[in-house]
Amino acid sequence: MTANASPCSPLIGVLALQGAYDAHVRTLTALGAAPRLVRLPPDLDGLDGLVLPGGESTTMLRFLDRNRFFDVLQTYVLSTPTFGTCAGAILLATHVEAPTQRSLAALDITVQRNAYGRQIDSSILIAPTALPGPPLEMVFIRAPRISRTGPSVETLATRDGFPTLVRSGHILAATFHPELSADPRVHQLFLALVRANRPAANRPGIATA
Amino acid sequence: MADPIQNGTPGGSIGPSSFHEPALRLKLGLAEMLKGGVIMDVMNVEQARIAEEAGAISVMALERVPAMIRAEGGVARMANPKLVRQIMAAVTIPVMAKARIGHFAEAQVLQHLGVDFIDESEVLTPADETYHIDKHAFTTPFVCGARNLGEALRRIAEGAAMIRTKGEPGTGDVVHAVQHMRQIVREIKALTVLDDQELYNAAKVHGAPYELVRMVAKSGKLPVPNFSAGGIATPADAALMMQLGAESIFVGSGIFMKERATPLDVELWHEADAAVGLCTTQDIGTPRNPDERAEAVSRAKAIVIATTHYADAKIVADAAEAVTGSMKGLAAAAIEEQDLMQTRGW
Repeated sequence: MTANASPCSPLIGVLALQGAYDAHVRTLTALGAAPRLVRLPPDLDGLDGLVLPGGESTTMLRFLDRNRFFDVLQTYVLSTPTFGTCAGAILLATHVEAPTQRSLAALDITVQRNAYGRQIDSSILIAPTALPGPPLEMVFIRAPRISRTGPSVETLATRDGFPTLVRSGHILAATFHPELSADPRVHQLFLALVRANRPAANRPGIATA
Repeated sequence: MADPIQNGTPGGSIGPSSFHEPALRLKLGLAEMLKGGVIMDVMNVEQARIAEEAGAISVMALERVPAMIRAEGGVARMANPKLVRQIMAAVTIPVMAKARIGHFAEAQVLQHLGVDFIDESEVLTPADETYHIDKHAFTTPFVCGARNLGEALRRIAEGAAMIRTKGEPGTGDVVHAVQHMRQIVREIKALTVLDDQELYNAAKVHGAPYELVRMVAKSGKLPVPNFSAGGIATPADAALMMQLGAESIFVGSGIFMKERATPLDVELWHEADAAVGLCTTQDIGTPRNPDERAEAVSRAKAIVIATTHYADAKIVADAAEAVTGSMKGLAAAAIEEQDLMQTRGW
C-alpha cells in the first residue's frame, strides 16, 4: 500500500469527506502506518484506528447525515482508537457551541467553534506539553477552543489555560494541526494508543516509535 | 504602503525556505483545510445559508456572479463591505471575497473586514494591466487564477497560497477548465524529467522564478493546493475536474442562476413583505418560490456530493439525478476573444 507499510503496520483510516486528509496520510505514512481514505461506511471495516481531520465540520456532518454514516461512525469511535484534529475534535465532542451542532459525543468535552477568530487570527505557538521531549509546535487554523473537559479527560497541552490536546481512553483530540508540523510526537502518541488497543494476535513484533 | 494596513512582509521573495515561514504556513494551512470540497459564489445572505446547509466548505461573497457580469457588462468591482459583513455574519464556514487584479486597496479593505481568503480575480475588471498585488504584504491568504504553469508560479512568487485553474467563468462550459488543468499537469510532468542544467532554461520558458520551477521539478506538484474554477456547472463536471487533478472545486454561476442574467429566486418571505401585503404572516420564513429554491438547493447538494465521491460513478449519477433544472450555458467557443475573462492576468 505504501513504501513504509508492512503486513504488521497498523491500518489507519483517514476520514476523507473533505479537509486535511492528505496531510494526515503523509504523516502516517512517514511513521510506518498504512493509511486508508474513508469516504463511505464500509471503508471502516478492518481498521486499527481512525483519524478525523481538520476541515469544515458542517460539511462533514452533511455527509454523515447520509447512508446512516453518522450512526455507523458513532458506534465505531466508541470502540476503536480515534484521533480528531480541529473539525475532527468538534465531531468527537459531547457538546458543541457557537453554534450548537450535532456531534458523535464520544469525548466528554465542550468545544466552541472558531473561538479564536477568523483566519487572520490563526497562529503558530510553541509551548511545553505533557509529551516527552522539547516544547511542541502547535498550528492553529480558525481553531476551536475546548472550554470544558469531563473528569475522565486528561489534558496534555494547553493554550492560555484552555486544553488543546486531550486524551480519554482510546480517544485523542487536538484543536491544533500536528499534521501541519514536522514534529511527529502527537501522531506517535496516537499510534501507541492504536497498538495498545490491538488484539495481541494482530500485533506481531511492531516496533515502538 | 503602510505596514499596519497589510501586516505582512511586502516584497517577500520565495524559495523552498519560504514554505517553512509561519506566515505562509498559516495561509497554506487554511488552503489544506479546504481540500476536497466546493467553494460557492453567493450574492446574498440567503444564498450563503443555502450553500453552507448544502455542505459548501466556503462561500465567495460577490455582488454579481460571472454570468451576470458577462451578460450585463460594466465595471465589476469588489463587493460592498456591507454585503461581505452580512455574509460573514450569516455562516460559520470561511468566507472569501474577490479583489480586482492589482487593486491592493480593495484587498486591504477585505483584509480589514476579516475575510478568510482573498481571490485576486480575473472575473472582476482588472485595476492594473501590468502588476498583480504583492500578496506577501498581507496576512490574509490569497487565491489566484492560472491558465498554465508559468502563470501559476508567478502568482505563487507574488505570495498566492492557492491556485485555481481559470477556465472561462460564467459560461457553464467546462472546456477551458479542462484545458487549463490538463496544461498545468502536463507542464509539471514535463519538468520532472529535466536535468538541473535544463531547469534554468525551463524557468525562462515559463517566465517563472527558477527556485519555484526547481521545487515543482523535484516534487512533481505545485507547492500550493491547486483547485479548479470557471465553467463547472454540473456534478459530473466537478467529478471530471477532480479526476483530472483538482483538489477542490469553485462553482460560480452554476448553482444560483436561472437564465444568464437572472438568478433563481431563493428568498424567504420576510415580515416586511407581510407588512405591505405581499404575503400573509403565516408565510413568513417560507420560500417565495419553492420550486426555484428547491432547484438551487438540489444543485448545491449534488455538486458537493460529486466532489467528494468523484471517483464513484454510481454516487455521481445518483447526485446528478436528484438535480432539478440546470444553468443555461453559454458555449465558450462562441465568446469573442476580447470578451474572455481568462486572458486577464499577466
